Amino acid sequence: MTTIAEDTAPLARRRRRWEGLPYLLILPTVVYLGVFFVWPMIQGFGLALRDESGGWSLSAFETMVDDAAFGDAMSFTFLLILVIVPIQLVLALGMALLLNARLRLGGLFLYIFLLPLAISDLAAGIAWSAIFTERGYLNTILEGVGVLEQPFIFLDPTSRTQLVIAVAAAEIWRSTTFMMVILFAGLQAIPKDYTEAAEVFGAGFFQRVRHVIFPMLKPSIQVALLLRLIFAFEVFAVVIALTGSGATVLAAEAYKWQATNENEHVAAAYSMVILGLSLAAAAVVLVALRTPRERRLR
Amino acid sequence: MSEIRFEAVRKSFGKFHAVDGVDLDVKDREFVVLLGPSGCGKTTLLRCLAGLERVDGGRVYIGDRDATDLPPRRRRIAMVFQSYAVFPHMKVYDNIAFGLRMQKERKPVVDERVRSSAGLLHIEELLDRYSSQLSGGQRQRVAVARAIATKADVLLMDEPLSNLDALLRLEMRAELKALLQSLDATTIYVTHDQIEALSMGDRIAVMNQGRIVQLGNPLEVYDNPADTFVGGFIGNPPMNFLEAEVSVNGGSSVAKLSGGSFELTGGTAALAGHNLLLGIRAEAIGVETAPADGLVRATVIVLEPLGSHNLLTVRCGEDILKVSIQPDLFPLAESDVWLRLEPARIRWMDRDTGVAIHTGTEEFATQTAVITS
Amino acid sequence: MALRQIRIGRVLAYVAALVLSAFILAPIYLITISAFSGFDAVYDYPKNLVPSDLTMESMNIFLDSEGVTDSLLRSVYVAAITIIVCLAIGTPAGYALARFTFRGANPFQLALVSTRAFPLIIIAIPLAVTYLRVGIDDTVLGVALAHVAFTLPLTVLVTASVFAGISYELEEAAMTLGCNRLSAFRRVALPLALPGVAASSIFVFVTSWNEVFAAALLTLRERTLPAQMLAALDTSPLPYRLAGGFFLLAPALVVIFFIRKYLLTTWGKVAR
Repeated sequence: MTTIAEDTAPLARRRRRWEGLPYLLILPTVVYLGVFFVWPMIQGFGLALRDESGGWSLSAFETMVDDAAFGDAMSFTFLLILVIVPIQLVLALGMALLLNARLRLGGLFLYIFLLPLAISDLAAGIAWSAIFTERGYLNTILEGVGVLEQPFIFLDPTSRTQLVIAVAAAEIWRSTTFMMVILFAGLQAIPKDYTEAAEVFGAGFFQRVRHVIFPMLKPSIQVALLLRLIFAFEVFAVVIALTGSGATVLAAEAYKWQATNENEHVAAAYSMVILGLSLAAAAVVLVALRTPRERRLR
Repeated sequence: MSEIRFEAVRKSFGKFHAVDGVDLDVKDREFVVLLGPSGCGKTTLLRCLAGLERVDGGRVYIGDRDATDLPPRRRRIAMVFQSYAVFPHMKVYDNIAFGLRMQKERKPVVDERVRSSAGLLHIEELLDRYSSQLSGGQRQRVAVARAIATKADVLLMDEPLSNLDALLRLEMRAELKALLQSLDATTIYVTHDQIEALSMGDRIAVMNQGRIVQLGNPLEVYDNPADTFVGGFIGNPPMNFLEAEVSVNGGSSVAKLSGGSFELTGGTAALAGHNLLLGIRAEAIGVETAPADGLVRATVIVLEPLGSHNLLTVRCGEDILKVSIQPDLFPLAESDVWLRLEPARIRWMDRDTGVAIHTGTEEFATQTAVITS
Repeated sequence: MALRQIRIGRVLAYVAALVLSAFILAPIYLITISAFSGFDAVYDYPKNLVPSDLTMESMNIFLDSEGVTDSLLRSVYVAAITIIVCLAIGTPAGYALARFTFRGANPFQLALVSTRAFPLIIIAIPLAVTYLRVGIDDTVLGVALAHVAFTLPLTVLVTASVFAGISYELEEAAMTLGCNRLSAFRRVALPLALPGVAASSIFVFVTSWNEVFAAALLTLRERTLPAQMLAALDTSPLPYRLAGGFFLLAPALVVIFFIRKYLLTTWGKVAR
């Protein structure tokens, strides 16, 4: 990976004279992140691997796994990911392609598409609960149009499927945009020459997407997927807002053990699980979507 | 007094030796051009003079001071960058005034100098505009005006004309030369364009691979190249180089090329026995349409009519030469011509080292200044 | 023939764009009208899709509720502190990354990029424990410090990208005209970097304003708006939640409007 400085400076000017100056400039950042990021993380490991008495033990993990909620949280989290990620990828790609197509009112569409970036998962949860709730907007519309005769209970706490769909809808609504931004940047980096050449040689739109754009977009897709998966394991407030206590996810359990049960060891254990899953997902994505050097754009 | 002296200057970037031991003396008010291909070290040398790069070895003197360890702002220089570096967030007026304001000059002085510099560059009407509202040529003028406004002792220019289109470049070259002649500064000018170098400099330092290969006035560099690199780099078309041998037959020497041989004038006996390159410029070769003594046969490959003259590409034995002929002669492709290589215009080079060998029989064009009083 | 295909394609594209826009705007619209309908109207069924009368009733009740205006203020404070600290620490680091090639640069940049892989959750829990010991638990400062840790890496990378886009020759030209390194930075690089840096601080604002997990964990009484909302989810009446939701959305929406151009260019560049 080249640094930002190496990327932008011409050859003869790449090396500035060595001074302590750059190190001085990054020192505050390094120190701050060391204190407020690295150290807490190490502490987290420590917390998860200790028990109340302060000695080393796996009791936190045992408690976590024995808890029925653990299995529920894991399965719900994974279900969410399975539903959300593929849909979001397609949707984000579509949105990026649309923005790239330079439609009229493109600026307006841009603003609208970017809006969800500003929306927190809590707000999304609240908004969609107003939609899904029994006396909510979705039922109003469906009854008004005649599809339903009486309000349908979308947020049935006993139906896991319904809850997954509800949370998925809110999450897709909220966070597709940030994937779109990454894909859009990648799209812009593809020189028009390639798609134009494909067009000259007879490729229609979908063919161009499949044979030219998609392969060249792989690095961006990799980044977008990576980040999406990592954030997916952290999903929190939207679940609580939509389902109350009807469903739980890993992050919610972590919160519960820390804030309500006041057991920071189990909470830390949960956060370790989240970390492990995130890193595993990252590894999978990096390997699966690896582009060999010869085939890269640059 | 602003002479400049480089003493054994070295500058490397990692393993790459950009400047590899340069000695150069520039006289007060002289206009010296650093000429060479990309990567030869000319820009690096200029930046070492400016203080934007720290030298790894040697010393740099500006005026009577050792400037080697001084930061740019204390060297009393002004610089025009290749990309112009006109500050986009300031108006043209403030750009030109920048250096003066850094020197804490009083407002009326600043104003007068800005306007006079702008006047010299004919950009008075642009003073209120921003860089984004200017064309490339106009931005270039702003960069020059900003440099001359400070009335620095030393003016440094890094390929100031490279980013202009061909026609604009031609105009600006003449205008810039006239302008710089009227100033008091010593000028160091970097370019890769040998025509620019020939037209503008008092002396040219031809650089290659971090070293100065030849230092001389334009005519010297053109007509008496120090090696095959200089001969091939300067001049359009480049100097022809043919593999040759000289043999001595009785009292005369004969030059043997792959396409023929001809007699040389005396004094060339010392060349015998060496591997040689015969260097000769396209315009120094005479062309006849019938064979005669002392001429070498060649076959025409291509004729390019260039308006003021025709440029022939011919094959002579195993060599390919460029020959200039008068614009009304049109030998056909595949036809034969006979070449007269004027011995006095031949520049002999050692085939293995590429370095020029002087026999004493060469005739050099010399620059004589006609001073009218 | 090909023209017709293009036209159909364009029409489909517009339709798709409109459908997506409607999808995105609908919930925002709905929560807005919910927040501005009367206290009882919120419980109505079927709901009014086009609001008949808008009132500030729910809003007022929300704002008058205990602790709400305070939490709003605290969110503002936290965001402000986060931005200031991020800029103060992150800008020099970004400048260093952009202008200098030094031996630590690559690992430093790699480390910053990889912080994204680590969820805030994993540092929030230990921080909660540490804060208790140090005594800054339940404070605005504590939350802000956690938020800085979360947003600092991105700030550095974006700032670096911004400075990299400013030709170093401009600063060099300033140095030949009498500036030293610092004044060249101040007079040339900084003014040109301001728009990009401002955009990144707005993004920091949005992130901090919306952050809920750490804010909820690290505070008890001194809650920010999201933390307050989360805690009150089960116990609060519906109008309260809707009004709160609106307050969570509104500032961020306004802000996105101002920086939409920068979002696409700098965000995308930073994502490798």
